[in-house]
Amino acid sequence: MLEVSLRHAFAGFTLDAEFSAPAGVTVLFGRSGSGKTTIVNAVAGLLMPDEGRITSGDWTLLDTQKRIRLKPHRRRLGYIFQEGRLFPHMTVRQNLAYGAWFAPKDAPREDMPRVVEMLGIGPLLDRRPGALSGGEKQRVAIGRALLSAPRLILADEPLAALDEARKSEILPYFERLRDEVSVPILYVSHSASEVARLATTVVALRDGRVASAGPPEQVLGDVGAMGTRGAASILTARVVAHHADGITELSGAAGTLWLPRVKAREGATIRVRVVAQDVILSRALPDGLSALNILTGTVAGLRPGQGPGAMVTLDMGGERLVARVTRRSADAMGLAPGQPCHAIIKAVSVAPQDVGQTFGDAHG
Amino acid sequence: MSDWLSPAEWEAVQLSLRVAFWATLFSLPVGVTVAYALARWRFPGRELLNIVVHLPLIMPPVVTGYLLLLTFGTQGPVGGFLDRTLGFTFAFRWTGAALAAGVMAFPFMVRAVRLSIEAVDPKLEQAASTLGASRGWIFLTVTLPLILPGIIAGTVLTFAKGMGEFGATITFVSNIPGQTQTIPLAIDLALETPGGEALAARLAVLSIVLAATALALSEWISRRVAARVGGT
Repeated sequence: MLEVSLRHAFAGFTLDAEFSAPAGVTVLFGRSGSGKTTIVNAVAGLLMPDEGRITSGDWTLLDTQKRIRLKPHRRRLGYIFQEGRLFPHMTVRQNLAYGAWFAPKDAPREDMPRVVEMLGIGPLLDRRPGALSGGEKQRVAIGRALLSAPRLILADEPLAALDEARKSEILPYFERLRDEVSVPILYVSHSASEVARLATTVVALRDGRVASAGPPEQVLGDVGAMGTRGAASILTARVVAHHADGITELSGAAGTLWLPRVKAREGATIRVRVVAQDVILSRALPDGLSALNILTGTVAGLRPGQGPGAMVTLDMGGERLVARVTRRSADAMGLAPGQPCHAIIKAVSVAPQDVGQTFGDAHG
Repeated sequence: MSDWLSPAEWEAVQLSLRVAFWATLFSLPVGVTVAYALARWRFPGRELLNIVVHLPLIMPPVVTGYLLLLTFGTQGPVGGFLDRTLGFTFAFRWTGAALAAGVMAFPFMVRAVRLSIEAVDPKLEQAASTLGASRGWIFLTVTLPLILPGIIAGTVLTFAKGMGEFGATITFVSNIPGQTQTIPLAIDLALETPGGEALAARLAVLSIVLAATALALSEWISRRVAARVGGT
C-alpha cells in the first residue's frame, strides 16, 4: 500500500494532501490546478516537496523529517507521461528495453513478448517514435513503463492529449493493466468517465486538498467532492445479450438495463456510470415512456443542496443510485427515506465512454 | 602532390592538419562540458564564464596571442610551471600553435554544442531518470545522441578555424618553418617574399579545398545523424 503525505507551497497555491493507495488503480481526480500532477511528480521524485512522507510497504521514497529523499532513478517507478516522452533516437524496441536495462537483475519483471502482445505493438518494434500515431506512442509508453520492473506505475493524464477515438483505443489497455498486472497504479485524471471505468480507489482533490477518498461508487456520488453537476453513480452489471436492434441487455443488482450496443462480450461484467442529473424519479410505475430503463428501489437518503436542487439516493438491491432533482419535485413527490421509488434512465444518456470492463473480466 | 608542392610547403600542410587535429581533440570534451554547464546549470560566475569563452571571438587575435604569450610562455606562470615540472613547452613550438588554434576556435565549439543542448527537451531526460538512469547514463544514452549533430558541426568549425588561425598564432609562437608555420603563416611569408605569389596562390587554393571538403563531410554526417534522430 502506498502512503502519501505532502505539504508544498507554491506562489498562490498550497498543496496539503494525505491519502493511501491500496492495490489496483488509485485515481487522483480533480480539475486542473487541484494539485494532481504535483503529487505524482513528488512521488516520482521530479519535485521535492517542502515536507512530506511517501512510503510503499516498508520501503521509504521520501521522508523529509528523516532527511530521506530518494533520487528519481532509485525509486523504480514506471511513469507514463501525458505526452509519451519516447526517446526519438531509439526504435520502439530500444525504448521498451531502456528501463528494463537499468532495473536490478533480480527484480520481478514482465516478459517482453507478453507486454508487446498485450499492447498490440508487435508491428511497431522496428519503427522510431516519429513514425507513430499519438495512440501508438502512448501504447509504447505504457509498455516502456511496465517493462522497467516498476514497484508502482504512475500515469499523468495519459489520455488527455488524445482525441476521443484514440482515448477509447487506449483505455482498454489500462483496464487490462489493472486486471492482469499486480503492480499498483496511481493514475491522474480530470475525467469522471475514466474514474468510473478504471478506479479501484478515488482520491478527489480540490485546491490542493483531499476533498473525498474511497471507492468510486462512494466518491463519484459525493456532491461535496464532485459538485452537483458531476455527481454520478456506478452500476455493475453483466452483459446478457446483444439484440439485433443495436441494444445490449444487462443484468445487475438494480435490475435489467438496456443500453446502446456495449463493446463487451456476452457474460462479461461491466461498469456503467450514470450521471445524477440524467435520472428522473417517479413514485408510480410509469407507463408509455420512451425511456427504456425503469429501475425500482427505495429512497435511502435525501439531501437538499444549496440551490434549488436536491440529491436523492436510492437503494437498488444493494447498489446505490443518485438522482439530482429539484427540491420542489422532491417536496411535491413527498420523498422520504424508506419509500419505494422508480428511477428512469434514458438508454442514450449513458455515453459509450462511461461503459467499461471490470475486474476479472479479461479472461471471460 | 610532391610535384606540385615543395617539401617545405608540404610540411606546412601536414603541420596545419596536426595543429587543427590536436586543437579539436582537446576542445571537444572541454567544449561539450562548458556548453552543458552554460545551457543547463545555474551557478555563480556563469555569466563571467560565458564572457571568457567568447572573448577570443571579440578581441583582436593579436591580443589573444599576447595573453597566451604572457600566460603560457616560458616566463609565464603556467608555461613556466609546465616547463620546469614536465619539461613541456608551448613557446615557439607546434604545441603552442595548437593551443592558440584551440583557444581561438573554442567559442565556435561551445556555441554549436550549446545550441543543440538547448534544443533537447529536459522532459526526455526526466523520463530517463524515472526509468532508472542516473545522470551520467542519461547524458550518454539520451542527451549525447540527441546533440550529436551539434557536436559534429562544432567539431568541423573548430577544425576549420584551427587550420586557418593566423593572428594569435604568429603573435604567440612566431613563424618558424617546420614548427609553427601553418598554411596561413606560409602564405603570409610567401607574399612578403619577392616572387612568392605563385606559391601563395597554390597554398590558398589548397586551404579552400580542405575547408570545402571538411564542410561537405560534416553536412553529410549531420544529415545522416539528423535522419536517425528525427524519427522516420
